[in-house]
Amino acid sequence: MKVKIGLEVHVQITSLKTKLFCSCSSDYRGKEPNVNVCPVCMGLPGALPVLNEKAVREAVKVALALNSKVSRRMFFYRKNYFYPDMPKNFQITQYDRAGGVPLAMGGYVNLDGKKIRIERIQLEEDPGKITYEGTIVSSPVSLIDYNRAGIALIEIVTEPDMESPKEARHFLEKLRSMVEHLGICDCSLEGAMRCDANISIEGGKRVEVKNISSFKEVERALNFELTRQLTLSKRGLGVRKETRHWDEVRRITISLRVKEEEEDYRYFPEPDLVPIEISEGLIEEVKREMPELPEERGRRFFEEYGISKRMAEVLISKKALADFFEDATRDGDPRKVVSLLGEALSYMNREGKELADLNLNPREFGILSKAVAEGRISERMAKDLLRRALIKSKPLKELMRRAKKQISDERSIAKMVDEVVRANRNAVMDAFRDEKAKDFLMGEIMKLSKGRADPRLARILLEKRLEEVKTESF
Amino acid sequence: MKLITKKRLKHLSWLSKIELRREEREFEEQLNEILEYFKKLDEVDLKGVEPLYHVLELKNVFREDAPKPSNPGEMLKVVPRLKGRYVRAPRIK
Amino acid sequence: MRVKKKALELVEEFEGGRSVEEYVAKLLERIEKKDKELNSYITLNGQAIEEAREVERRIRSGEKGKLMGLGIAVKDNISTKGLRTTCASRMLKDYVPPYDAEVIIRIRREGGIVLGKTNMDEFAMGSSTESSAFGPTRNPFDLNRVPGGSSGGSATSLAASLSTIALGSDTGGSIRCPSAFTSTFGLKPTYGRVSRYGLIAYANSLEQIGPMGRSVEDMALLFQVIAGRDEKDSTSVNVPKEDFVKEARKGAKGFRIGVLKELTEEGIDEYVLKAFWRTVHKLEGEGIGYNEVSLKYLDYALASYYVIAMAEASSNLARFDGIRYGLRVGDRGSWEDVFSKNRSKGFGKEVKRRIILGTFVLSAGYYEEYYLKAQKVRRILKESFDSLFKKYDLLLAPTMPILPWRIGEKQKPLEIYLSDVATVPANLVGIPSLSMPIGFHNGLPIGLQAMAPPFEEPKALRLGYEVERTGVVP
Repeated sequence: MKVKIGLEVHVQITSLKTKLFCSCSSDYRGKEPNVNVCPVCMGLPGALPVLNEKAVREAVKVALALNSKVSRRMFFYRKNYFYPDMPKNFQITQYDRAGGVPLAMGGYVNLDGKKIRIERIQLEEDPGKITYEGTIVSSPVSLIDYNRAGIALIEIVTEPDMESPKEARHFLEKLRSMVEHLGICDCSLEGAMRCDANISIEGGKRVEVKNISSFKEVERALNFELTRQLTLSKRGLGVRKETRHWDEVRRITISLRVKEEEEDYRYFPEPDLVPIEISEGLIEEVKREMPELPEERGRRFFEEYGISKRMAEVLISKKALADFFEDATRDGDPRKVVSLLGEALSYMNREGKELADLNLNPREFGILSKAVAEGRISERMAKDLLRRALIKSKPLKELMRRAKKQISDERSIAKMVDEVVRANRNAVMDAFRDEKAKDFLMGEIMKLSKGRADPRLARILLEKRLEEVKTESF
Repeated sequence: MKLITKKRLKHLSWLSKIELRREEREFEEQLNEILEYFKKLDEVDLKGVEPLYHVLELKNVFREDAPKPSNPGEMLKVVPRLKGRYVRAPRIK
Repeated sequence: MRVKKKALELVEEFEGGRSVEEYVAKLLERIEKKDKELNSYITLNGQAIEEAREVERRIRSGEKGKLMGLGIAVKDNISTKGLRTTCASRMLKDYVPPYDAEVIIRIRREGGIVLGKTNMDEFAMGSSTESSAFGPTRNPFDLNRVPGGSSGGSATSLAASLSTIALGSDTGGSIRCPSAFTSTFGLKPTYGRVSRYGLIAYANSLEQIGPMGRSVEDMALLFQVIAGRDEKDSTSVNVPKEDFVKEARKGAKGFRIGVLKELTEEGIDEYVLKAFWRTVHKLEGEGIGYNEVSLKYLDYALASYYVIAMAEASSNLARFDGIRYGLRVGDRGSWEDVFSKNRSKGFGKEVKRRIILGTFVLSAGYYEEYYLKAQKVRRILKESFDSLFKKYDLLLAPTMPILPWRIGEKQKPLEIYLSDVATVPANLVGIPSLSMPIGFHNGLPIGLQAMAPPFEEPKALRLGYEVERTGVVP
């Protein structure tokens, strides 16, 4: 069964200090409701929008990174529809029909050897945020916060080129890493990157799924929707064209409402804004300033650090991870860094944590990797140490210092055991029968190591050595 | 042919969130009459003419990305119903 | 003290020691007495006397300002901080803007005093000031007749000496029509000349705030203050400003005048035409010759204008839903019910008509048929104007094709629309146009308008001055 999935991704330009059309601060997270508001973003009568220049530049960056064709001359359009989170009851956005030209068209993203095509990229404003008392269905009122209203969004619309929910998630991860590398969006911020998805199966109509809040949710929502559509189809019931709402709590999609009337957005050019012309010069300038993008970076990791392609892919999936790797490598050994990072990643997966949640210093991480590479510490022990650091959320440095005091590598301790056994033949003979003699030998080993030997390991090695001596002597 | 039928008027009223009660009958006739007048536009040959959305030859009017202080106290004064600092709106469903 | 003095004289007298407070008090007293009948003001500025004292202090401290002490009537669609701004609508009957329109900021800076907010057609949609939710304004020359609209309150306040200068707004003739009907001067500036920030939008691509006065110089003085680029309005233009008063005084000798044939033919009231030609011939006698010229496509201007104006209005007025400001009649039911209720109670009939029609002409399947065609007509009409302005300094026509009608006389909306035939072309193509009084018939005022090329307002002012000086104005 062929499945077609397309995505509409909204990326907030978090690198901006102000909103898209007014000078209100864009730093709204964790703020009291309705503090970053002015006549423009509250849609007061008589207020007029003025475009943030940097927003255009940032959007051009994204377009170039996605291999899109940047329009030379473009307009803003009004998308007219009523909704309680809309300050003006129209959204200033762009449009690709009725004479409209969006910021960029075409383009693609390479995904596991195939191309996911981009349809268009446009700039638009975020609506306000609605809070419910309870759920959307049960809330007797809706409470609106306009702090988010007017935040600059880049909308990226793909062709329906993805063939599975998993692929959709991969695409989003790739896109996320890209905008992070471009320095446009800090995707770790809640709601900074959101998406709507449309999905259809062969012979069925297209269903749009809204209200997807994270990447994990995308895969879940689409999996649910796919199963729903396949079930309908198996029963010989058609899939109808509709918009569904992803209920994150119940993990199902619900038909928000079957509209009695068809929405009609009545797009027309925004009369309060003038056309934008993007010169060749600006495009060249943005190209020159373009930072290293994930794909390139992954290639470089592979070539420069000699790590596997697979691991390079993992590292570049998040900018923070790739940055951590490179920082750690500065004082460390790339391969051992990768190997230790594997340990950290599986911990993060288990605990559902992000790199930023961990108390990990890349420099210390690097030093640890170097110690492993130089045989000063066993890899097993290093991983053990890392695990403890993660669980206790203690700095690696502190645990490493403690570890240095203790000698716990097998070879050194075995050497000491040998020495003590050779020097105390009588005690060894007694030790076959007398536990106290064993304790004496242990004491000698500890004395020899100046008390730094790992006693647990030392005892195991002593027992082993005593067995060997016993066999030899009979 | 009448462009504004009862059904269409109902749809337009839904789209524009304007309830028409007493006005409905009166509007149907008046709006059709006005649209009839607008048909005048069909008489002009507009082949190859580009629309003129802006009479001015302006382009690239921008603002610097520098924050200015908001004045939320003043803004919230005009809001009919608040709940704390939230603007209170009707329910969604 | 005479209140009918010229603005420039008054400013001089105030500087010379005359009391601003007394003058403002006298104006308010006159308003109190006369306005019960005329209904030109919706709201009076309760701070006016206090502001007069403050201006007086500024004058005494040696501060100079172009409007020092002048009492100004402001149309009630221009936002005034702390002073109720209703747009003559129930929707905004209690709305007190939290910010000043840019023109108000400029007026205050120059020492102008806002006396109050003047009556108008609801949301500036009309040509008679009859559609005001606060009742119609009456024409001071005949109380049973309309003063024109939509800036009818401002014009009436001038004609009845209830203000010294006034602000109006002109979307399709809303300054010029009431100027003509009340024997005053009114200028619709070039699109982009005056900031629209704070003007409650009716049709943003067509409208401008403009000065109104009892003399050309008064008007030029106010124009001097309000004109100029404002960074809060993306469509405002940076064009050098001449000294408009000085320019006006140059007179119009040597001008080449085109008289628009299409607006001096059938369909125009014979008494209007008589006064018009009398003026044109008088000017000819002064050495300002004319040619009758044809303006191609003029016939389509009115339809084009109304399509565009209604389309924009339907979107501009969407923001009035009762949530952030304005009339809130109930909270029961879903948001859609509440929005509809608020809007149905808040808007009057004419506003509803235009919103519904505007919604229609933008809707799917009709956009190309109406809106797009209207915008194309706009271009060819602009081309016709451009070609005429290559040969002529000014183009003349009667401002209104008819005399002020009786209140309640015109019932059919289309009939009222048709009276805008001569004024809308200037708005469609963005050129300035000045209406000036040229006489009376049976005591009813008649106006002539002079249209000038973009940003050449001085030419129109010069002709107005000529007409005023040569005593054409009775």
